[in-house]
Amino acid sequence: MLTMVKEKTIAPTEEKAVVYRTKELNLWYGEHHALKNIELDIYENEVTAIIGPSGCGKSTYIKTLNRMIELVPNVRTSGEITYRGRNIFDPTYRVEELRTQVGMVFQKPNPFPKSIYENVAYGPRIHGIRDKKILDEIVEKSLRGAAIWDEVKDRLHENAYGLSGGQQQRLCIARCLAIEPDVILMDEPTSALDPISTLKVEELIEELKKNYSIIIVTHNMQQAARISDRTAFFLNGEVVEFAETDQLFSTPADKRTEDYITGRFG
Amino acid sequence: MEKIMPKLLLLTAAVSMFTTLGIVFTLLFETFTFFSRVSIVEFLTAKEWLPWNEKSGSFGIAPLVTGTLLTTAIAMLVAIPVGLASAIYLSEYATERTRKIIKPILEVLAGIPTIVYGFFALTFVTPLLQKIIPGLEVFNALSPGLVMGIMIIPMVASLSEDAMSSVPNAIREGALGLGSTKLETAVKIVLPAAASGVIASFVLAISRAIGETMIVAVAGGSSPVLTFDVTQSIQTMTAYIVQVTTGDAGYGTTIYYSIYAVGMTLFVFTLAMNLLAQYISRRFREEY
Amino acid sequence: MKRLVDHSEVIQHMNGRLVKNNIFKLLFFFATVFGLIILVVLLYRVFTQATGWLNIDFLQNFPSRIPERAGIKAALVGSIWLMAMVAPLSLFLGVGTAIYLEEYAKKSRFTDFIQTNISNLAGVPSIVFGLLGLTVFARGMELGRSVLAAGLTMSLLVLPVIVVASQEALRAVPNQLREASYGMGATKWQTIYRVVLPAAVPGILTGSILALSRAIGETAPLIVLGIPTFIAYLPKSVFDTFTVMPMQIYNWTGRPQEEFQHVAAAGIVVLLVLLVMLNSIAIWIRNKFQKRF
Repeated sequence: MLTMVKEKTIAPTEEKAVVYRTKELNLWYGEHHALKNIELDIYENEVTAIIGPSGCGKSTYIKTLNRMIELVPNVRTSGEITYRGRNIFDPTYRVEELRTQVGMVFQKPNPFPKSIYENVAYGPRIHGIRDKKILDEIVEKSLRGAAIWDEVKDRLHENAYGLSGGQQQRLCIARCLAIEPDVILMDEPTSALDPISTLKVEELIEELKKNYSIIIVTHNMQQAARISDRTAFFLNGEVVEFAETDQLFSTPADKRTEDYITGRFG
Repeated sequence: MEKIMPKLLLLTAAVSMFTTLGIVFTLLFETFTFFSRVSIVEFLTAKEWLPWNEKSGSFGIAPLVTGTLLTTAIAMLVAIPVGLASAIYLSEYATERTRKIIKPILEVLAGIPTIVYGFFALTFVTPLLQKIIPGLEVFNALSPGLVMGIMIIPMVASLSEDAMSSVPNAIREGALGLGSTKLETAVKIVLPAAASGVIASFVLAISRAIGETMIVAVAGGSSPVLTFDVTQSIQTMTAYIVQVTTGDAGYGTTIYYSIYAVGMTLFVFTLAMNLLAQYISRRFREEY
Repeated sequence: MKRLVDHSEVIQHMNGRLVKNNIFKLLFFFATVFGLIILVVLLYRVFTQATGWLNIDFLQNFPSRIPERAGIKAALVGSIWLMAMVAPLSLFLGVGTAIYLEEYAKKSRFTDFIQTNISNLAGVPSIVFGLLGLTVFARGMELGRSVLAAGLTMSLLVLPVIVVASQEALRAVPNQLREASYGMGATKWQTIYRVVLPAAVPGILTGSILALSRAIGETAPLIVLGIPTFIAYLPKSVFDTFTVMPMQIYNWTGRPQEEFQHVAAAGIVVLLVLLVMLNSIAIWIRNKFQKRF
């Protein structure tokens, strides 16, 4: 069993607002049934980790939360996901609107081939902010928020591709913060990073939790244990167990969860 | 076999080298002969191209160059916006199925012989335009320019689409994830990322238009005049070569040599464009 | 936390952005089908103009000053002669070059130079190839306006296309095939001739047929060579003077009488049918041999 590094304080669930509520979500890639009857609540200002072996549907699920999954051809869904009480599959819910509230950080750092400044300013710009002063302020605030300001403040107008992998990923987090989202989705954000960069990103997540609700997919159980408040264990497209992280890792209710976290498979 | 084949194959590979050498030397030698009769200064600076007038002939390339640039410019006004718009549609909006249907059709458009386009320009587009523009002459720059543009659309569309498709999807997802519309993603993120390939496709299209012969020879006319009036009959460099070689300009006459001087000019123009396109796509290649 | 982005303004701003997106999507779509529309108009025009003029007589007659008697026989046969000349010659030279570059040549400045040269050659206007043919073949070798002079010129013109297509086909042959052949003790040439080349044949043929259809449709270099358009006999050898379909169509297009436009349209239909046939073969080969490895 893993020993908990930090003391976690979680308020009773009743008091916390629900950001995302998933009800009977099913998803198919063509004929392949990838998500089966998912039921999951995501709470405000918490880090929710989603763990599970490859192909369990954890990435698919997180991409469904901002409807990024629709970029894959032949995807069908049934059921409901409500974000702050509104069904995101409602045809009147514009996906662009959803994505200004729900930012996403991807598996591999994917900065735009532009300057560091332009990367961060891109989001606010398309959303109608033209004022140079406000943009400057947003860029600085976002880069500080992503704990990368000190490293890049002297070279804001250099190409983002000159940064290291870890820096690029933090830049992508800054880019996401710039539109001041409510929720941040992170799809295995450290899987392409070295241990030191990973540590920095993890510390950053701890910090971001104060202001944002974070959902993180990870294949790394220690990571989930270190940084998350709640953990969902996915297996073969189903939620096997969803509980407070300490509880899930110390006293798993399901045999399969126990097998997975003790390394018996996956 | 093991010893002979590599040598034989090297020989075939050498043919392409000899072709280039052949082109360069042919043009150089005959152009030299031409410049022994007509001064190079006249060729480059005179404003009239009157080769047929034996007594007071004038060999200033300018009218042929402007004729070429005029039709090329019109063609680009059609081919670049339409071609780029199709490229954006195919690479950013279309589903895989639509793409699979439309791309072969564009290939067909590119595969139609240019003489057919020339026929189309002269017998269909020109009469049509004459109804809209009353002063339009039977031979003019506008009609072949437009038709040439249509012919070049597939080239711009296909090369630009290749450049845009090679931009990794991860970058697109990054933009869409911030709430960008597809338009914003295409124009603000993908297009700048693919800029080198896209611009190179424009330059290649210009080169293609400059060297295009049959459309302008059939529908552009044979009046080498220094004008930017698109309703008038003009003559391009290529159309001049066609005019001379169709007629009976005897071997050894100044007119005969003049087609090499014009051909040389044409060659230099298109080569410069091709080298520029290669330079752009190499120098500004994006690394993702 | 101080907020710099006003989300209600963002939502308001969004309407305009989405409208713009939809308008442009429509514009982009129209641009894409624009070519298709033109293609339909062009074909419709040509076919309606050709009806009544395209018949058995048209295929059997030699050219004539009287539009009703004008036929495409000499040009059709001439185009086939040209094909028969260009196909083997350009294939031999093109595939040879491709094999040399892909299988034998080491990466060096020299091969880079050949490669750059080929791509530049592909960008040389066809009329310039005509000037080369006129000087070297027609006058220099005194081949005149013969099938041979035209065939040599056209072969050089389509050579770069065939080289590039063949190189791609050869590159697509997996290295395991080569290694397996060497593993059984085959020599380099045996491997190329018996293993690599057969595997690359579909790709090479597809590319070559497309190159050949370009040669069939080309007019400009032949005008420069001085290929005539009024010929009332068929070539008996490669040294004979001849004409081809694009030349004949060019000539008819330029005639002042209205009727000759119909004759030209009939000629275009014959030319297009030949091209469609060639391309169908290319597509058939591509589909038949696709996904062999």
